[in-house]
Amino acid sequence: MTKKPKAELINAQGISRTLTRLAHEILENVENMDTVRIIGIRDRGDHLAKRLAETIKQVEGIDIPIGFLDITFYRDDFRTKLSQPSVMSTEIPFDLEDIDIILVDDVLYTGRTIRAAMDAIMDYGRPGSIQLAVLVDRGHRELPIRPDYVGKNIPTSEDEQVRVHLKEMDEEDGVYLYEKEDEE
Amino acid sequence: MSALSQKHMLGLEFTPKSDIERVLETAFSFREVLDRPVKKVPTLQGKTLVNLFFEPSTRTRLSFELAEKRLSADTLNFSASASSLSKGETLRDTIQNIEAMKIDLAIIRHNTPGAAYQLSQYVDAVVINAGDGTHEHPTQALLDMMSIKEEFGHIDGLKIAIIGDIAHSRVALSNIYGLRTMGAEVTVCGPPTFIPPFIEELGVNVSYHLDEILPEMDVINVLRIQKERMQTALIPSLREYRALYGITRERLSGLDKELTIMHPGPLNRGVEIDSDVADSEHSIILHQVLNGVAVRMSLLYLLLGGQEAKGGANA
Repeated sequence: MTKKPKAELINAQGISRTLTRLAHEILENVENMDTVRIIGIRDRGDHLAKRLAETIKQVEGIDIPIGFLDITFYRDDFRTKLSQPSVMSTEIPFDLEDIDIILVDDVLYTGRTIRAAMDAIMDYGRPGSIQLAVLVDRGHRELPIRPDYVGKNIPTSEDEQVRVHLKEMDEEDGVYLYEKEDEE
Repeated sequence: MSALSQKHMLGLEFTPKSDIERVLETAFSFREVLDRPVKKVPTLQGKTLVNLFFEPSTRTRLSFELAEKRLSADTLNFSASASSLSKGETLRDTIQNIEAMKIDLAIIRHNTPGAAYQLSQYVDAVVINAGDGTHEHPTQALLDMMSIKEEFGHIDGLKIAIIGDIAHSRVALSNIYGLRTMGAEVTVCGPPTFIPPFIEELGVNVSYHLDEILPEMDVINVLRIQKERMQTALIPSLREYRALYGITRERLSGLDKELTIMHPGPLNRGVEIDSDVADSEHSIILHQVLNGVAVRMSLLYLLLGGQEAKGGANA
């Protein structure tokens, strides 16, 4: 049974505005868009990556190639945690040598997902640079990882969970705060 | 507690459809890993696996070893001829001594049916059956099913024939269990001496006439003549076997549709299958080999992993 959220943190319009702002920040910050590729971390970063690429195309008319990354095989909690999500496919249809990657995820929390994503990317090639764009940064970092582009900083407690809902998967857009569910 | 409904993979007789589907689905993700520039992921770092091969094996052993290395596991290799078994130690003592070395998973191939089950009774480690006598060879059937799914997109409703030495084949038995669970229509075909009595009770059709069934089939899985397991002469000659049951270009050219041809290997070229058929565009024998590594990676990952996560965990 799904619990009711404690609060709505960002509504559908807010997500749309935030992605538009992130797209403008990227365009403002990156000197040469020719070498940029966007990679979304499954299973919500991929949809955000698509939307970000679409927004950049609307604003600047540039088609940025996008890829999708599943980091399940790189998780560092395999031996200690009882959770094992279903594996999804990784699709990176371009060479990574010397290109500039913008890594996209929905929620930045401990930083372990991003570390795993960087490990995975390095197995595909040696990019020139990796920048990180997240919709929500909820704090509580356990690794020295910081985002370059942040949709919204939302201070949270360890007993809470931030969940991003996206139309592509959840039939609606929104960011919600939940009480953390205990893992059995 | 693994991500599957069972702790071990001893056979497909009691493996539910949901487990087979999960193994195949995960195996396709591992196929993508095998196409990367760096074909290795750190998933099983720190896990110790032992390969217990009490019987000669080339492809299964290599496939398991490669799967283990691709997942960054630490592996021990045990071969019966170079072990204390030759000094009189019992199988149980050997197993318990290996377990004392703190292994997480054991892969066993043995010439006695039930050996993998017996091992699972003695040890806390996860056990995978890599072939136990003429009983089962579940990972071969799983890779066969993955290859069929890759070719057709589905397994249910397909007409699949297993041809040849059914009686001595653990591949045939695991395939029958797995394919029936997944909803395929299975026909076994071979000389009467190669077809075990009462095999119809497993839900398969039986035919002794290859040319009669070939036009209806989507897939044929051609088995090797296992001379090493035959106690007596069950066929008059290999030449006669080839004439009646061999998969030849001539036999296939008369068919209206194209068949997908599989073989678990090693091939007896010119006996159960001709070279020009085995190497033709209709053969997916080499796909089976690649899928074998992916399926074994999937199985190791799922059996050593945890339960499915509740969605939306932040990290």
